[in-house]
Amino acid sequence: MDRRPTWAPEDVDVERPSIARVYDYYLGGSHNFAVDRAFADRVLRLMPGTTTAAQANRAFLRRAVRHLCEIGIRQFIDLGSGIPTAGNVHEVAHSVDPTTKVVYVDIDPVAYAHSRAILADDPHTTVIRADLRQPAEVLADPQLREQIDFDRPVGVLLVSVLHFVSNEERPADIVAGYASATAPGSHLVISHASVEGTTEASSEALDLYKRSSANVVTRTAKEVAGLVSGLSLVDPGVVQLTQWRPESPDETTSWEEIPVLAAVARRE
Amino acid sequence: MRASKPEPTDRARSAPTPERIARAWARAMAGTSYVSMSRRELHSYLSGLASRLLSAATAETFEPSVGYEVGAALVDAHFTLPTSLDRTLCVLAEQLSGAGTPARASALQSALAAGYAQALRDRTLAEQEEIRAAAMLARSEAEAARWSSEARFQAVFAGAVIGIAIADIDGSIIDVNQTTCDMLGYTPAELRQLAVERFIHPDDAPGVRDAYQDLLRGEREHFRLEKPYYRKDGQAVWTDLVVSLIRDQEGQPQYVVAMIEDITERHHLQIRLRHQALHDPLTQLPNRTLFFERLGQVLDDAEEDARVGVCYLDVDGFKMINDTLGHDMGDYLLLGVARQLHSKVSGPGQLVARTGGDEFVVLVERSAGPEQLVAIAEAALTAIREPVQLGGHEITVSASVGVVERAADTTSATELMKAADTTLHWAKRDGKNRWALFDADRHAHEVAKFELSASLPAALERGEFLVEYQPLVRLLDETVMGVEALVRWRHPKLGLLGPDRFIEMSEETGLIVPLGQWVLGEACRQAAAWQRQYPEIDLVTSVNLAVRQVQDPGIVDVVSAILSETGLDPAKLQLELTESAVMGTAGRPLQTLNALAGLGVRLAIDDFGTGYSNLAYLRSLPVHSLKLAGSFVAGLRPPDSPDPVDKEIVATLIKLAHTLHLTVTAEGVETPQQAARLRALGCDTAQGWHYAMPGAAEEVIALLNPRSTSDAPTLDAPTLDATTVDVTSGSAAPKSAPATNGRRPGAAPDGVAVPTSTVGTASS
Ligand SMILES: C[S@@+](CC[C@H](N)C(=O)[O-])C[C@H]1O[C@@H](n2cnc3c(N)ncnc32)[C@H](O)[C@@H]1O
Repeated sequence: MDRRPTWAPEDVDVERPSIARVYDYYLGGSHNFAVDRAFADRVLRLMPGTTTAAQANRAFLRRAVRHLCEIGIRQFIDLGSGIPTAGNVHEVAHSVDPTTKVVYVDIDPVAYAHSRAILADDPHTTVIRADLRQPAEVLADPQLREQIDFDRPVGVLLVSVLHFVSNEERPADIVAGYASATAPGSHLVISHASVEGTTEASSEALDLYKRSSANVVTRTAKEVAGLVSGLSLVDPGVVQLTQWRPESPDETTSWEEIPVLAAVARRE
Repeated sequence: MRASKPEPTDRARSAPTPERIARAWARAMAGTSYVSMSRRELHSYLSGLASRLLSAATAETFEPSVGYEVGAALVDAHFTLPTSLDRTLCVLAEQLSGAGTPARASALQSALAAGYAQALRDRTLAEQEEIRAAAMLARSEAEAARWSSEARFQAVFAGAVIGIAIADIDGSIIDVNQTTCDMLGYTPAELRQLAVERFIHPDDAPGVRDAYQDLLRGEREHFRLEKPYYRKDGQAVWTDLVVSLIRDQEGQPQYVVAMIEDITERHHLQIRLRHQALHDPLTQLPNRTLFFERLGQVLDDAEEDARVGVCYLDVDGFKMINDTLGHDMGDYLLLGVARQLHSKVSGPGQLVARTGGDEFVVLVERSAGPEQLVAIAEAALTAIREPVQLGGHEITVSASVGVVERAADTTSATELMKAADTTLHWAKRDGKNRWALFDADRHAHEVAKFELSASLPAALERGEFLVEYQPLVRLLDETVMGVEALVRWRHPKLGLLGPDRFIEMSEETGLIVPLGQWVLGEACRQAAAWQRQYPEIDLVTSVNLAVRQVQDPGIVDVVSAILSETGLDPAKLQLELTESAVMGTAGRPLQTLNALAGLGVRLAIDDFGTGYSNLAYLRSLPVHSLKLAGSFVAGLRPPDSPDPVDKEIVATLIKLAHTLHLTVTAEGVETPQQAARLRALGCDTAQGWHYAMPGAAEEVIALLNPRSTSDAPTLDAPTLDATTVDVTSGSAAPKSAPATNGRRPGAAPDGVAVPTSTVGTASS
């Protein structure tokens, strides 16, 4: 009987580095295992700026969420939310309005389990485990629908996730899948690994990612703009991450240091 | 702790403020860790910490624990990277030097370092704990999901009403559910010992093994078919089987899953329905459909030199049996016949089918030749002749069989059965209770005859018929006293046809009535013309009336109408009737004869002596003349001595005729001896090649030499001889040549060919 095929869900494999835990490590967290740290250290040797980039990404996320809160958005779907760490979306949003709804979506079972553990008592947040590449399935999730009112504007966050979606998987269609489901006034927030600023060392680092089964696709600003072609880009458009509405001009950094693009687009 | 007031220093001018410290501190900390604060927030957070440190440094009582708390607060704000502490200590070493004592400053810094280290350690351990817990939770959830999908699978597998079996690609059975076991009669353990190969059944369609191999090679994902399995007890189970391939993560074939549904009952039902559709419910023999299906198959599959044959059999007089003994008896009889045929002639390659009411057919799939088929037909006839007990009676029936045997590649099922049908008819026509073998020549002949018969009506309409005349000569003085009208068909393709080629079939089709009427009219018109043209010649025109014409109720009116139409003197018309037309049992012929005689026409009995004439009756008939059948006259032909019996018969007949006051005409007179002998026996008139061939009206009248005598036309000897010579020289048959049945082969027959005679013979 032991030779019978198992039609089981895939295993939780903590022997392989996970994007979510590696990212947590870059941000200075300890929600990670030795494999994750070993992997991250290899990346860091090739691309020491990764930590800064991760921090800058996280800072962009904060700026963008704040911006959306300021223009009145009170519900967020954070796609590929990762492991809760400093400056989670609900924390940023709740500092403006504690009743803001946030749905966290991640495919990583550990990130999902941990998010739930952290957010169990918060009535305004929900965590679901899903594949963001399946917008219809994600949006049909009953828990998500309980939290989100699609007649009102939603902030859809695709922060540092779309570069894990290959062209064959039609990222523009995926984005459109979310955009079309939301009410006018909704916003899409994107940060994305950029072609510009990618050095030889950093492409080697991306190769490392590839080998750990998370394929990374860098895209140009134009390509990123193409992902949200049906929407209107919010000022300043698709820019290097630190240039997106920086708190002060001297906070911006060079492409070489942070080769990441950012954009916020609005559904009219 | 010792409390001490800080001493003013040089730096008092530039005494540190929380703001100043925070500015330097924030600058130093930038990018060391991710902290979720805006620049202003961070500044105010750090200046809060700085002011606590400053207060501590300059407070009355020194509380170094403030340093500890500030260290922890840094970790709290997520300054979790060690560089944060490093930078902090650097900034504070510089900034705090202007506040409080150096001792206080260093105490605060070491407390801060300790607080930071402790908080970071706590945080790290907590987060490690959290992530481990999360991993465990995730794992157990995956496990639970797997377990529940496993449990679902188990439930489906075990509880399914269809059989499910899983094998690896080496063909070993890994697992089976209870339904499979029940279906096949094995225990799960027994089944797991068996290889998939073991379940290939001899009745499997040829493609099954290939389909399975394709599946194992990953060339197809699944296949579906109906197939039988042997149960452990040897019984067959019919199943609807779906076999699917399961691949591993790399896409390589890994398992084969079979879904097996027991359709044995449905299968048997199908077989039963098919049997019903293909068998005769009464006899259970294969029916017409199955017979043709099988025949079609045999013809399709036939190898090059293969031959096939059929015996097409029909019970003689079955309709009568059915009508007299009733349908139940009829069915019973058919059942008996079927049983006989089944036991005596059916066998491998020999299919006995019931194709219709009382029709059976034996299909010989591989014939060895016509002899084999004939032998089978004989066996069938013998089997059927076995007496049958029918409701207390012992009944013997017979059958007729049409046998066709031919090369398989030269025939089709329809052709074969059409030929069989024709041949069966021959057997019936030839007298039943026999077989007939298909004969292509006979068939071709019949087909030609049929075609000819079918074209008769149109030919009559198109005027393709014509009438010829043959002189009737008075033996006493050899003068022509009359002519017999004889019909000919000028066929556009076949040329001039004598009555023997078409009269019989026109009798069969009934066309003889209009045709005979046309001949009568034509002959009367000619006779009337002669009458007007040569009033001095006394000539009788003799015309044949067929049985069907005599039976026609309107015949008397027809004759009288023609007479009045043509203006012919009735006394110049003689109607020739056969014995059978005259001797009919009913009263009708006599009435008709009297009525005809009443018109004033002469009546002659044609071919006298061949039928059964009732001599007493003959006496009462209004008949004027007898025509002796040619066969008797032929007996007088041999030059040396005539056949004594024929001679005696002719003599008797002549005597009899004369006793009844009838004149006698001899037909088929071909030689001078015949003529002389007939004259010697007292015969009145003669007709035949010896005198003249039948010919066109003008030719005949030319013979009459009407101007030579005012009394009666006389045939001048030279003229007569000339005619005779003409005939012999123009004919393939010399006068001396013996002829069969008084006819010359290949030549137009003379007066013997009177159409009615043939009918009379055939129907007697
Ligand atoms: C680099 S982290 C970004 C986390 C967070 N959005 C941020 O920017 O701070 C990427 C996350 O996306 C998740 N992710 C990657 N592919 C995903 C997918 N197809 N569906 C859902 N989540 C995905 C990973 O598990 C990981 O947690």
